[in-house]
Order: sequence, then C-alpha cells, then structure tokens
Amino acid sequence: MIRFDSIALTQGSFHLSNLSFEVPTGAYAVLMGPTGCGKTTILELLCGLRSPMLGSIQLNDQDVTQLTPAARGVGYVPQDAALFPTLTVGEQIGFSLRVRRLPDPEVSARVAELGELLGIAHLLARRPADLSGGERQRVALGRALAFRPSILCLDEPLAALDEDMHAEMCNLLQTVHSETGVTALHVTHSLQESERLATHQLRFTSGSIQDVTSDKARP
Amino acid sequence: MSPTSDTRDRGFLLVLALFAGLYIALIVGMLAADATYTTPGDLLAALESPEIRYAAKLSLITSTITALLSVWFAIPIGYLLSRTNFPGKALIDGILDIPIVLPPMVIGLSLLILFQTSFGQAIEGVLPITYRIPSVVLAQFAVACAFAVRTMRVTFDQIPQRPEQVALTLGATRAQAFWRVTLPQAGSGALSAGLLAWARALGEFGPILVFSGATRMRTEVLPTTVWLELSTGNLEAAVAVSLLMVLAAISVLVTARALGARKGW
Repeated sequence: MIRFDSIALTQGSFHLSNLSFEVPTGAYAVLMGPTGCGKTTILELLCGLRSPMLGSIQLNDQDVTQLTPAARGVGYVPQDAALFPTLTVGEQIGFSLRVRRLPDPEVSARVAELGELLGIAHLLARRPADLSGGERQRVALGRALAFRPSILCLDEPLAALDEDMHAEMCNLLQTVHSETGVTALHVTHSLQESERLATHQLRFTSGSIQDVTSDKARP
Repeated sequence: MSPTSDTRDRGFLLVLALFAGLYIALIVGMLAADATYTTPGDLLAALESPEIRYAAKLSLITSTITALLSVWFAIPIGYLLSRTNFPGKALIDGILDIPIVLPPMVIGLSLLILFQTSFGQAIEGVLPITYRIPSVVLAQFAVACAFAVRTMRVTFDQIPQRPEQVALTLGATRAQAFWRVTLPQAGSGALSAGLLAWARALGEFGPILVFSGATRMRTEVLPTTVWLELSTGNLEAAVAVSLLMVLAAISVLVTARALGARKGW
C-alpha cells in the first residue's frame, strides 16, 4: 500500500501542497498528468530522494517519511533507465543483492531467474552502451526487482520505445505484476498505456491527484 | 566545408582559422626557436652534468608524487562540491581558487612563514621541511592541487546523478554508490586532473625558489636549473634544460593519452 498524506513541498518555483492519495496493496496504479506537473517529483518523494516539508508517506502501514532511500525498499525504474555505465547487465541486476552481502550463488541464481523472466539472459555480460532502448528498460526493471521490493515505481518506462517494443513491454509489465504481486505506481503520458495496464488510474491536475479509474478497468 | 556555405560563411571560418593559426604559430615558433638554438652536443652536455641529472630526477619524482597526492585530494573535494550543498559553500569554493590566482612568489613566501610559526615548527620538529625535499613537493602541491580540484569538480558535475540515486534506492549507502557507480565513471577526469597537476608541478618555480631554496644537488629542480644557468649567462645549458622539460612533458602527455584511449576513457 502507498499512502501520501497532506504532502507539501517547495522546490524553486515548483510547489505542491496538501497532496494526498492512496494505492492499495497489489494494485497497478498509473498516474497521468501534464508535463511539468510534478509526476517525477511524486516518485522521488516515494523513493526517498526528496523530503517533503509537511505531511507523511506510508508504505504498507509503515511511516517512511524520515527513512533513507536504502531503508524504504522501493524498486525504482527511472526515466531513460539510468543504468550504471561501467557495470555489466548481470552486475546491475545483482547490485542490490551484493550491497546486501548475499552469497554469490544466491546472487547468480536471482540474476539468472530475472534474465529469463525479462528475456535478457543472453545480455548479462554486456554493458549499457551496447544495449537497445527496449533492452535498457528491461535491465532497469530487472535491477529494480532483484531485491523483491513490495513497491515498484516506474517513470515513463515505455516512452522511448517503438510501437512493437511498446506492446511487448506492456505484456512484460503485466506478467511481472501478476507473478510478483508488487504494488506498482507507473507514471506516463500515454492514455493507451494507462488503459492497458492500470487497475487504478490516477490523474494529476491542478495540484491534486484524483482516482479516475474507469469501470472497465476496475477489478 | 558544406557545399551550401556561401562566401560570407567562408569569410567567417577564415577569421576563426586566422586567430587559431596565429596562436599556434606562436607556440610552435617558441619550441622551434629552442630547438634550433641548441645543438645535440649541448643537450648531451646538459645530460652529462651530475647537477642537471640530479635536478631532472628530483623534478620527475616530486612531480609524480605531487600529481598522485593532488588527485587523491581532488577526488573527495570535487565530489563534495559537486554533490552537496552546505552553508558557506561559496566561501569554500572561493578559498579553493586562491592558489590559482595568487602570485606564485606569494605562495612560496606564505609557506615559508607558515613553517616559522609555532604550528609549523612543531611539524618541522618531526619532519624537517623548509629548504629540504619535502618542501619541493609541498610547494608544488599547494598550487597543483587547486587545478586538480577544478578538473574533478567539472568531472563529477558532468556525471549524471540519477544512477547514483538509483543505487541508493537499491539499498546502497552513499559510500557504496560513490565507489561502485560514480567513481568508475570518473577515470578520464582523474587522468586529466593528474596530468594537469603533473605539468603544473614540473613547471613550478617561484614557490620552490622561496620555500626550498636553489641549492645544487639538494633542492634543485629543472626550472631552478634554467634560472641558475641563465643567471650565470650559460644560455645554451638553460635552453637545453628547457628542451628536456618540453620533451618530458610531451612524452608524459602522449603516454597518458594512449593509456586512457586503451581503457576507453
């Protein structure tokens, strides 16, 4: 469960005030809104990369407002993937497990498992410079899922993909969601993506987030 | 030049090329003048002089130590300036520029006075510095490190912060994110910072003259040799030593670039 309660934030000329919304456990929420409205900021608040001036953020009934990003356990797939340029695909996926000091065989097994799930098992030795746009997004997804987070946030993960790849990645995200049961918050511009993937549709307009889930999408 | 560019574009490019050409002519002209003024005999004579051999050895060793020390300090300082905001940051930033703008002689004099204070004397009691070899490294480091810091700061500014933030969300501490994600991307910047610091250290003269003295076979580095030879009217030896420094600088530059290219920097 993700809950924002009366969040306020000022960053230069950008303001948020009294922002509240909730995503129930196991939901796939898609957040839409105009460019520059602060969608990425919402994800940064959720991951702990920014702190609100007022209000609280709760994940699975725990108040995480004061916790560091590392302590929150939120899987984050940023815009443009933001892969680690000097690490191989396998090292990126295993990153969260290595910093948790898991034994090598466990790390390798998890990397292999995600490689299969995401269709990137043949890319594990490559570096980001040698990957296509779609491959980069899959690696970023694998990297975020490796430590089995209960919350996953995705910042326009399909924006840079061509139509075929887009459809394929939508299927993949659905598979990942049903297999892991992760609570997802997915930010996008695309209504098509929202209708295809969302169990909960959220709209960010004039500083507030409304649940606009259509009856068709409602589970 | 593209086929669509008209006469006015060509004129503009010609003006750019003219300025570039004049400056390059000055640089190449200076080196050519040195090379034609001296003879292989002068160079060999310079290389055979024990004083000059000592100065060359001391110059190469101290410059290398200074370059390594400078990079070692510049990486944490550059990273701190690039990634954090704290009260008084503008002041710290300004202080770090002082060695770049201060006249070199003033740096030497300031070091000399610093080591006459009770604090300086306490250090001298453990490790004698003034007029000894450590003073050469310290005088070089005082200036060269400021250039390395500037280079490392720009390097970290140009490395996107997002991957580092992702590392934090994956459970890494800030130190782990720095060592595993950001620092490995800073290789070419660290190489540039080291080269710049090395070149500054090799050419450092004013602070060394004041803080280390110009004692032959003791604290004499190559720039000191040029000055000593010039002041005794031995222009041939001064030019030969200058050429040695040019050759050393070029060979280090070429080697480092080749190493960097092989590592993909």
